[in-house]
Amino acid sequence: MTTTYLEAIRQGLWEEMERDPDVFLLGEDIGVYGGAFKVTAGMLDRFGERRVVDTPISESAIVGAAIGASFMGLRPVVEIQFSDFISCAYDQIVNFAAKCRYRWGAGVPIVIRAPSGGGIHGGPFHSQNPEAAFVHTPGLKVIAPATAYDAKGLIKSAIRDNDPVLFFEHKALYRRIKEDLPEEEYTVPIGKAKVVREGRHLSIVTYGAMVHVALEAAQLLDGEGISIEVVDLRTLLPLDEETVLDSVKKTSKAILLHEDTITGGLGGELSARISERAFEYLDGPIVRIAAPDTPVPYSPPLEEAFLPNLTKVVEKARWLHKY
Amino acid sequence: MGAGLAVAGDPALESAREYSAEQARRFFYYMSMMREVEDRIERKLYRQGKIVGGVYVGRGQEAIPVGAGLAAAPDDMLFPSHRDMALYLIRGVHPRQIFAQYMGRIGGLTRGRDGNMHMGDLRLRIVAIISAMAASVPVAAGAALAMRYKGTRDVAFCFFGDGATSRGDWHEGLNLASVQRVPLVLICNNNQYAYSTPIEKQMACANVADRGPAYGIPAEIVDGNDVFAVHSAALRAVEHARSGLGPYLIECKTFRMTGHSAHDPADYVPKHLWKTWGERDPIDRAKYAILANQWAEPEEIAAIESGIRREVDSAIEWAENSPYPDASELLEDVYER
Repeated sequence: MTTTYLEAIRQGLWEEMERDPDVFLLGEDIGVYGGAFKVTAGMLDRFGERRVVDTPISESAIVGAAIGASFMGLRPVVEIQFSDFISCAYDQIVNFAAKCRYRWGAGVPIVIRAPSGGGIHGGPFHSQNPEAAFVHTPGLKVIAPATAYDAKGLIKSAIRDNDPVLFFEHKALYRRIKEDLPEEEYTVPIGKAKVVREGRHLSIVTYGAMVHVALEAAQLLDGEGISIEVVDLRTLLPLDEETVLDSVKKTSKAILLHEDTITGGLGGELSARISERAFEYLDGPIVRIAAPDTPVPYSPPLEEAFLPNLTKVVEKARWLHKY
Repeated sequence: MGAGLAVAGDPALESAREYSAEQARRFFYYMSMMREVEDRIERKLYRQGKIVGGVYVGRGQEAIPVGAGLAAAPDDMLFPSHRDMALYLIRGVHPRQIFAQYMGRIGGLTRGRDGNMHMGDLRLRIVAIISAMAASVPVAAGAALAMRYKGTRDVAFCFFGDGATSRGDWHEGLNLASVQRVPLVLICNNNQYAYSTPIEKQMACANVADRGPAYGIPAEIVDGNDVFAVHSAALRAVEHARSGLGPYLIECKTFRMTGHSAHDPADYVPKHLWKTWGERDPIDRAKYAILANQWAEPEEIAAIESGIRREVDSAIEWAENSPYPDASELLEDVYER
């Protein structure tokens, strides 16, 4: 049966709730309402108020409470209604959750789910991609799946992981992406990127919704004789450097593509690692394609200009191929 | 309250009435041990350059962690703030581990990863504070939520200062805890200064306790320098929380009898306050109550005090012999191995 990206996450959560009585959900409007995007629809009826906890509008307290519950042996899964609001919980995530194991040996097995990304005319406070700040925080794991298969497999791995995991779900993919999922249970390992299309001439390293833009570009340029390899990072922290470097060493050219704004984004970090460890393989400049350094605008022409898209990727790929 | 409370007429004599000699001596022991350990840290080891980082002590406030800490059952979770050293002693952390912690040695609870009171041990059911004040409040609320989830009758104790109650986390934490009616005991150490900022610049209401009812949380004010009164209040709070009635807030009125940290001479504190509050010293008051009730002879008190000094001497020696961590440990334990 074909399953959407959203339904895949829901299934993953549901299966883990069935499997482990210590898994429970905390968040705003996740119970009676089933979540702003309906990812937790039906869970209150199945698992009850004890395990599906509707909270006040208190992102910091929600994450803090999850940390405290994890100390008692539970495995809380938090929903931050929009990832834009995760800034309210920044201290709890960055100073509390991320540092406990290193400071005093206390693991914090929590998952923080956060719908992120633009393309839905959500404006400056319902469209952001805040992952880079958390990738800069040792002690966290950061996941950004692009497919229904990975979303389900990775949410299950995140719940079973003994460290704090941030799980950025791209909301433009929720109902747009679907595929057939295996009947049998599976997980996807954290920390492993995936070559989702093989190619010879250049590599596009990307994640989240931009994986689909990269694949479209690769398909289109295939007709022009340009063979593009697409690497889906899937996990942003810890970075699967090996898969990225292997791809770049093979193609000798790299485009780093993300929807997040360019300065301080993942592209800069990847670029540094490629130049440090694969410089002699490069046959052209490392190219970044990302959103410009502005807030995410609301009006369609502005948002369209803000987001990386097929046209921008195709243009840069042609240029780099010719270089 | 007037000057010279550690004499006849001290209200602590009244609050001590329900207590036994054994309990009173325990209170005295832990308060005195905390004072001795912190005096050595702040006034000796820090000045000798043996403490590599910050020093924040609870001088004059020992009745709060001792009175509240001894009201907790062994399975209750403790969330100390940075002036609550006695909680660690009560849970069995040895003074030598505390000295080693301050000195950045591997014998400390964090093996040199963190300093001062930034330490915890889940086996002892103590959670380490972080420097952002009040961050522990929602975390303690979550631990209490989990206790109910698991069907235990345990309680979480969360400690914080008056300054912490200005943070959003404090308010979010109290609200969430109250909405969920979780078994949480909230202990405020109102020592009237947040670093250099006096309470009247910290909040416009008269008492931290006034804020409790706004969240549907019962609250009471207690003399924070009377260990018997703090203990009795904490027992009321525990009973309330354990019987499923939700959180309970205790505001302990006290005074910080030193600077914010060892480098702070606290010149901003009006001089008469040192005198007034010095006469309300919680240890002197407990000692007076013990002697007045004939729970111990003066010689026995002196023997307890000299025993503590000897224990602390050898603890310091142990800590100084504990090695620094090797730099090869730097990258370990960021994630589960």
